[in-house]
Amino acid sequence: MQISGAQMVIEALIAEGVDTVFGYPGGAIMNVYDEIYKQDGFQHILNRHEQASVHAAEGYSKASGKVGVAMITSGPGFTNAVTGLADAYMDSIPLVVISGQVPMSLIGTDAFQEIDAVGISRSCTKHNYLVTDAKDLPRVLKEAFYIARTGRPGPVHIDIPKDVTAQIEEFDYDIELNLETYKPHTKGNPRQIKKAMDAIAKAKRPLFYLGGGIINANAAYEVRDLVHTTGIPAVETFMARGVLSHDDKLLVGMLGMHGSYASNMAMSETDLVIALGARFDDRVTGKLSEFAKNADVIHVDIDPASISKLVNADYPIVGDVKNVVNDMLAQVDKVDSDNYESWRETINNFDELHPLTFHEDTERIKPQWVVKRVGELLGDSANISTDVGQHQMWSGQFYPFTRPRQFISSSGLGTMGFGFPAAIGVKAATPEKTSINFTGDGSILMNVQELMTAVEKKIPVINIILNNNFLGMVRQWQTLFYDKRHSETDLSVQPDFVKLAEAFGGIGYRVHTKEEFDAALKDAVEKNVVAFIEVIVHRMENVMPMVPSGGSLFNMMLLEKKESK
Amino acid sequence: MTENNERRVVSVIVKNEASSLSRITDLFSGRGYNITSLTVAPIPDSEYSRLTIVTSGSVRVIEQITKQLHKLIPVLRVYEHADMVEKEMAMIKIPMNENLSDINALCEAYNGKIVNAGENTVIAMVADEPKRVDNFLSAIKRYNPKEIVRSGAVALER
Repeated sequence: MQISGAQMVIEALIAEGVDTVFGYPGGAIMNVYDEIYKQDGFQHILNRHEQASVHAAEGYSKASGKVGVAMITSGPGFTNAVTGLADAYMDSIPLVVISGQVPMSLIGTDAFQEIDAVGISRSCTKHNYLVTDAKDLPRVLKEAFYIARTGRPGPVHIDIPKDVTAQIEEFDYDIELNLETYKPHTKGNPRQIKKAMDAIAKAKRPLFYLGGGIINANAAYEVRDLVHTTGIPAVETFMARGVLSHDDKLLVGMLGMHGSYASNMAMSETDLVIALGARFDDRVTGKLSEFAKNADVIHVDIDPASISKLVNADYPIVGDVKNVVNDMLAQVDKVDSDNYESWRETINNFDELHPLTFHEDTERIKPQWVVKRVGELLGDSANISTDVGQHQMWSGQFYPFTRPRQFISSSGLGTMGFGFPAAIGVKAATPEKTSINFTGDGSILMNVQELMTAVEKKIPVINIILNNNFLGMVRQWQTLFYDKRHSETDLSVQPDFVKLAEAFGGIGYRVHTKEEFDAALKDAVEKNVVAFIEVIVHRMENVMPMVPSGGSLFNMMLLEKKESK
Repeated sequence: MTENNERRVVSVIVKNEASSLSRITDLFSGRGYNITSLTVAPIPDSEYSRLTIVTSGSVRVIEQITKQLHKLIPVLRVYEHADMVEKEMAMIKIPMNENLSDINALCEAYNGKIVNAGENTVIAMVADEPKRVDNFLSAIKRYNPKEIVRSGAVALER
């Protein structure tokens, strides 16, 4: 079939089963948008900023497990998208991002809207391509999807000059890929797995350290099996929320900088860390030399470069975590769950000593209450996205997650402005679930134009703005570590969020009391429209516990015990 | 695990593509690794090139370098050996008024010779182990070399 490069892009997307593309047109990508106009194989969602297109594709991918697709033009279209690429790269999200480029004859001439896109994206993508001949397009598109979703997933960027999208060539997508240099290792070494299982059987205080890789590998239910049959307690990273259900007795909680006391103490006291799809990020480990100091480490990861990068692995296992956990389950008889009874008790005692909680306030709503309350009212029926900051940590701490892919957040890069567009992508992927975005008065303004996208496409995202009139997380650090010098974090001058939502055709609610909040959430869910629920919360609330940056996990700042009145 | 910086030679077999070299050098600069020298040339009758990178770092850093290089999509293989046969070439430009037979004798001691003579200068070359090239370059100083160029090391595992 002889077709243009632009048509090849459309044909390939349809062949890959893509049902939603997020994007924004412009000069260099116009040939492709002309073909989008003519086709009905997938829907196109027009975001109002290219950064939002990539975040929406990320949200779509995280919620569905499929490859997310975004399309943008050259120059500023591409540079706007770079934050999204970097975000997806840090969190290992499979994306294919297609950008237009100036025609081949103009490359290198500082042409209008020209930028060295692949030069910029090289350091924030898993792989990238500049396509100089339409003959290469079928192979490049097929490779891009394959590379994005296999191994350690990640974003792949394809830059296509305008004349290449106009070039007419033979199209055949039914081709064998021959990637001699890219062969991800998915099967764990049986000898290493056996050694690891022997180590687990011998350990007295083993601890599962569950990471986001489990969700990427669709291995949460296998991991639940392994945790339950071994009776070994588990801590989750922020990225792994939902691998175990919140009410699982073996789930100790989230660990790290804002992890629970019990989780961080368990990690400090364990004699065997069983890391599954986790990468020992600095926000998790705190001071490395004190991290799980007396423990051996089993590290299962698809990415060999993650193993022994920060913490030396005594039992390195390179492989897909689903395969490896299945292999572990096959020899789980070795492990006697009764052996860990006193260890489980120790951890329970930690939790009783300093449970994860907060103090209510009679005057103002506490932000943590809002997260908890949404959990009580919507629970499993909602998918939760977040922006970045205090509200993000409270969401991770207090929402009762019940399943993988329920929690969508910018974890590695920490991108303010991620939440709203991501929640649009989440809703597009899982329309049967309520799409909630927990956000702050700082973050929401960083992609607030997405109100227009959501309203236009009738994508009912409910944004719950925890408004403390502060850039809260930075304010918290300033309060604690900069002698209360709140430099440029007071956000008292604000838009009227209710009117703002209304100006775009959404609904806005301003809420001061718990009763008002319940009524607003109920109304927004029932009306099924794009909503802002602005909750006026306690201004100076801090996220606790907290491990100060670079400190040891066991040296936590804790919630002050409430004085008896 | 020792944290001492060690000199290491890493060989990389990489697909001949427009961006392969920059992917590798970007990786070094982006992750803060050192490049002491780098040579690259296509492998005859194949679609691959071979890079020889002289670098330094702790054992952990060197391990990360090889793993991160492996992770690049167009990289086929990474060799990192302590025991490599290494050679490097150097060329020097010397004024004509120096003693040419002495210079030639010195070059011969380092697998080299005078390869070009012009109106005012001669060019000599040597090819030897990088350490010996160092020695040669300090020995040649007395003949007032005007320009020196080193190729960077190439290496093969034994």
